[in-house]
Amino acid sequence: MIRELRPALSLVVFFTIAMGFFLPAVFTEVAQVIFPFQARGSLITQNGQVVGSAVIGQNFTGPDWFVARPSSLTGTDAKGAAVATPYDASESGASNLAPSSAALLAAVKQRVAAWHNTYGQRPVPADAATSSGSGLDPDISLANARAQAPVVAAARHLPADRVVALVNTMAYLPALGFIGMPNVNVLRLNLALAQMKAGTNSVSSK
Amino acid sequence: MTQHAETIALFDRAILARAARDAVMKLNPRLLMRNPVIFVTEIVALLTTAVGIESVVRGQGGAFALTIAVWLWLTVLFATFAEAVAEGRGRARAESLRRARTDTMAKLVLDPREPQMWKPTPALDLRKGDLVLVETSDLIPSDGEIVQGIASVNESAITGESAPVIRESGGDRSAVTGGTQVVSDWIVVRITAEQGSTFLDRMIALVEGAERRKTPNEIALDILLAGLTIIFLVAVVTLVPFGDYSHAALRVPVLAALLVCLIPTTIGGLLSAIGIAGMDRLIRFNVIATSGRAVEAAGDVDALLLDKTGTITFGNRMAAGLYPVPGVQERELAEMAALSSLGDDTPEGRSILAFVRDRFGITATAPEGATVVPFSANTRLSGLDAPGIHVRKGAVDSVLSAISLSSAPQAFTDAVSRVARAGSTPLAVSAGNRLLGVLELKDIVKPDIKERFAALRRMGIRTVMVTGDNRITANAIAAEAGVDDVIAEATPQDKLAYIRKVQAEGRLVAMCGDGTNDAPALAQADVGVAMQSGTQAAREAGNMIDLDSDPTKLIEIVEIGKQLLITRGALTTFSIANDISKYFAILPAIFLAAYPGLGALNIMQLASPESAILSAVIFNAIIIVALVPLALRGIKFRAIGAGALLRRNLLIYGLGGIAAPFAGIKAIDLVLHSFHIFS
Amino acid sequence: MTIAGGAYIALIFVLVLGGAIPLGLYIARILQGEVRFLAPVEHGVYAVCGVDPAREMRWQDYVVALLLLSVIHLVLLYAILRLQEYLPFNPQHIGPMSPRLAFNTAASFTTNTNWQSYAPEAQISNGAQMFGLAVHMFISAAAGIAVAGAVMRAFTSSGLQTLGNFYVDLTRITLYLLLPFTIVAALLLVWSGSPQTFAPFATAHTIFGSVQKIAVGPVALQEAIKEFGTNGGGFFNANSAHPFENPTIWTNILENWLLLVIGFALPVAFGRMVGRPRQGYALYGAMAIILIAGCIGAYAAESHANPLHVAAGISAAPGNMEGKEVRFGIAASTTFNVSATGTSTGAVNSFTDSYMPLAGAVPLFMMELGEVTPGGVGSGFYTIIVFALLSVFVAGLMVGRTPEYLGKKVQAREIKLAMLSVLILTVFILVGGGFSLITTSGLASLANAGPHGLSEMLYAWTSATENNGSAMAGISADTPLLDYGLGTAMLFGRFAFMIPVIAIAGSLAAKPKLPDSSGTFPTDGALFVALLIGVIIILGGLQFLPAMTLGPLAEHFALFAGKTY
Repeated sequence: MIRELRPALSLVVFFTIAMGFFLPAVFTEVAQVIFPFQARGSLITQNGQVVGSAVIGQNFTGPDWFVARPSSLTGTDAKGAAVATPYDASESGASNLAPSSAALLAAVKQRVAAWHNTYGQRPVPADAATSSGSGLDPDISLANARAQAPVVAAARHLPADRVVALVNTMAYLPALGFIGMPNVNVLRLNLALAQMKAGTNSVSSK
Repeated sequence: MTQHAETIALFDRAILARAARDAVMKLNPRLLMRNPVIFVTEIVALLTTAVGIESVVRGQGGAFALTIAVWLWLTVLFATFAEAVAEGRGRARAESLRRARTDTMAKLVLDPREPQMWKPTPALDLRKGDLVLVETSDLIPSDGEIVQGIASVNESAITGESAPVIRESGGDRSAVTGGTQVVSDWIVVRITAEQGSTFLDRMIALVEGAERRKTPNEIALDILLAGLTIIFLVAVVTLVPFGDYSHAALRVPVLAALLVCLIPTTIGGLLSAIGIAGMDRLIRFNVIATSGRAVEAAGDVDALLLDKTGTITFGNRMAAGLYPVPGVQERELAEMAALSSLGDDTPEGRSILAFVRDRFGITATAPEGATVVPFSANTRLSGLDAPGIHVRKGAVDSVLSAISLSSAPQAFTDAVSRVARAGSTPLAVSAGNRLLGVLELKDIVKPDIKERFAALRRMGIRTVMVTGDNRITANAIAAEAGVDDVIAEATPQDKLAYIRKVQAEGRLVAMCGDGTNDAPALAQADVGVAMQSGTQAAREAGNMIDLDSDPTKLIEIVEIGKQLLITRGALTTFSIANDISKYFAILPAIFLAAYPGLGALNIMQLASPESAILSAVIFNAIIIVALVPLALRGIKFRAIGAGALLRRNLLIYGLGGIAAPFAGIKAIDLVLHSFHIFS
Repeated sequence: MTIAGGAYIALIFVLVLGGAIPLGLYIARILQGEVRFLAPVEHGVYAVCGVDPAREMRWQDYVVALLLLSVIHLVLLYAILRLQEYLPFNPQHIGPMSPRLAFNTAASFTTNTNWQSYAPEAQISNGAQMFGLAVHMFISAAAGIAVAGAVMRAFTSSGLQTLGNFYVDLTRITLYLLLPFTIVAALLLVWSGSPQTFAPFATAHTIFGSVQKIAVGPVALQEAIKEFGTNGGGFFNANSAHPFENPTIWTNILENWLLLVIGFALPVAFGRMVGRPRQGYALYGAMAIILIAGCIGAYAAESHANPLHVAAGISAAPGNMEGKEVRFGIAASTTFNVSATGTSTGAVNSFTDSYMPLAGAVPLFMMELGEVTPGGVGSGFYTIIVFALLSVFVAGLMVGRTPEYLGKKVQAREIKLAMLSVLILTVFILVGGGFSLITTSGLASLANAGPHGLSEMLYAWTSATENNGSAMAGISADTPLLDYGLGTAMLFGRFAFMIPVIAIAGSLAAKPKLPDSSGTFPTDGALFVALLIGVIIILGGLQFLPAMTLGPLAEHFALFAGKTY
């Protein structure tokens, strides 16, 4: 026992220093040099201001944006009561509601009703009525984006086919037909959408 | 084969009656503790009974609980019954042995120089080292060693062989066994065993199972079964809070039924019966093992050391060819060879006469006034002298020197060496001063031995032939018999060294022997089978004794050992595989009230939850009885290689173990349903 | 189910099973001391730490060394978590963990479990993640592989009393296996969008006029070792569902590969070390068959959308998306979670709590099987050896010989130790789970009612005892009952299992190695694989079936009958 004390203790100290300080310090430096954008969190800046992370979803709502998926993140307000804080990227998590959960069924029914109101009576894309795992899902399914496109175009007075075309150009299609799901990054799509609105010279004439 | 190899019917009525009584006696928890699976079953049965009675007393029904309790008790009873039947069969065998042990008065000799001065002493009072006189028609009072005299002894009480055997002081035939009878002459015997530990006592104790200790494999299996029992006990007991959470009211009889169905009661109930039956099988085969461990080790043996003579070959050389020197007719050689053997009463001699008769149609008759020249160790030849006839046959150089022939013809020496190379023995035959030719005496390999060795090889067992012959002869016979290795010109030390070498590689070795000089090797071997006809030293050294003194039986002993292990493994697999269907019977039944949807798991379409649970419990109980014959008879060993054997047994007892209860439980449920019992 | 989903599962297994072979051969060389490219560093470590690399340890020494190092490391982590506010790299000024949460977390990371009763973003500093948690991710993984190496040596030696040197194994595995792969994988992760920074949370001013705080940190490095060492402790609460931990489908494939590959490589290494590759491939095959079946089963169940939700108006395609990320979809989600429960990783890229009942039962069942498909790094290997010994014992008798595995006789002592280790797992899972369900505290922890609540509690105890670390995450685990209870379960599940296994290794090493004969039951063919799978399922899984019936199965039938809770 005593015989093992020195090596055991020394190895713990050694590895803590080597793997706990030295390794992350050096690796962070290297990563920052090789991939400075990604290493800092893929932060997109417009006019010198950070508008978001390319890989983190945002709480886009309303008919004039492509709407992100439901996020089940909650925080507490000043009084300590639970409040919904969708897409608050200082936290993350899922609803963790069971498939047999009455609460989940109620939430789904409510989202379906809202979706039907905005986008019309048809089967709601699954991702539009269910909350994501991280609460920060940056993407929506291509089907969801396409379903939203005419409404977004109308709200922004843009021709529907151009918005659909935008969706299509920004879409990720599964590599080799099976790697990943067809989807669109909502922040990037909406940033492009905002650009389209700014370029009225080429769009609004129609 | 022998008298107490008489077959005891699998279900002899007397044995069954006694077994039924014993089965009840064995319910004593203190005795049952040895068997954790059945012990737990008994506790559970007790608990269920109490709960059932309580319900009845309170007027809350209780019929279901009591029905379950009855079947749980039956499960325990069937298990104790299986053991009792196995013991009963052993006891029946012991009874026949015990008849041989009579309370004779022994003739205690006080002074070995005056053996006729003896004092009558009860055999039971004899001590180790005492000398006793045994005369014609006396029973030998105890195991011992002959120190004086020679006698013919009837050992049928032990061996079943009625022909008396010669026992004499000194040499390899000096051991006598208590309970056998001197039929002629007298001997003085030094007692070598304390009363109560004689060979016969040990045999009786063994077959009765009184001294049964668990074998290493049995202990390991017991641990596995105990572990499984605890695991399922935890699973069932913790089902109470899980059920509580789920608002599924789980009653004691239901939990008891689930537990007993899941724990391996089948193998737990049959395990000791299998062990006793294995020992019994060996005894039926006229082999006594001094421990269950030895039987188990027999199944594990990797190498068999077999004496050439008697095991691989018939044990006596036989005439197989004649090779005349140039100028001599083959027929003349044949006639002379026959004449030379007329007085030779050895098997070799007889075989020469038979050979000549068969091959040449010559039936030799002794001429008038013929005198036999017997074989002697000095001359190493034998023959016949009659007026005008001096025939000799014998070792080649002896014959050559006897007829003062300095240089034999080339054809003769060629024939001699050819015969020797083939592993046979060349004898020279001469008439007068004429050298006639060579007679070939051949060691005849038993006709089926090669196939048996091939079968052993498929079982993964190497055969090693042990012989005193020279290397050339040994190799030739070895090739013919198909053994894997040969120890030629073997001395007892060679055997011992060989066994040690093989054991150092981690292999287990079996051998048989009879002489005192075999004793160290017998003791060293993992399975040492001593011949009953052998010396006391050999019998003490071995861990098995073959009453028939037949060295070939080593092979069957191995098979019996394997059969024991296979039966245990197969029934364990069967027992564990049974669980799957019992889940399907019981789980939907006990949770149906809380979650009606679980009825979908009732794939057997059992009539009602109660009948489902009861059917599973009934199946679980009667499968024990149903498998008793299999446990007692053992599962046949087939020399088809381990892979094929496993595939076969896994298919029968693994998949069969999964499928059988589905059918059985369904059938029982149908019966219950047709009588409207709980359905 | 779609063909694309099937193709994805096939791709993962082609990459994993293919990659495991060269990696296994490499690991065998590491364990045999043939990989030396960092020899100066290695010897420097030995010199500084007072390790005599030539010393061979008996099994008892191996246990003492392992336990002592683990206890020291546990205490150190506890101290770090309690004192994190005084330690560097704490840009968010996070305060100390409560004693019971710190105990739970320290036990969790020491045992390679990585059960997280805390919300990382709010309760642990970057510094504590780096020099507390991440170091454990290396060391607990290396310790597991070291024990696996000791078990392998038991079969290579004949009549030896020693099993190698724990410190040497630990150092070599860290230097030559964990470190290089982690660095390369971490770089790939950064490239794909995983942050690696010491900066505080970023603040974004969104184009729709709100402010978003974005948690960042040294994520990529921890993420790499988290998967490769089958640890699973997420830098973020959402674990590998978080876009920073797992930004794309490609990183998802990489992480899925990382968390499986050592598990499958170890039997290959074993085959190489005993000089009989087929023996290793038999174990590898059994692991793969169960895992692939699990992946297909979970995918099949999960691609069936929730019937109640479909009735409410959502599209039935592609399946149940609650708790899942769009970039992964169904197949990549279920495959990841099943892989992470088939190993003791416990990482998730989607939330098992919201899985369809039968799909959620698969990860639970994978853990209940004892974490052998392929299990945690090292632990999966030595656990499947326990099952192999039990298989050989049960079936080996059927060929009429005292059972032997790879020339080592399996006797009472081995069976006793093997049953003891299996028993410990069963007791903690069922007693812990059952007891918690009848306490007020336990019931208050549940996020969902009805049979699913039972599944949550059963899952928690299974995950802790089997050292997995994943959760049906709705459960509120930071309670005295669960912090102390699960922490104890983790320690017993790890060490009370590992010690008997090392004792088995010691016992086997000392036995003579018997040569094979045609009477030996072959343990390298399809028959043995089938048998081993049967024994894993029957001895490892069936005792949980009654409880499972009241959880996922009951929920399944209730749900499809239209019932909610």
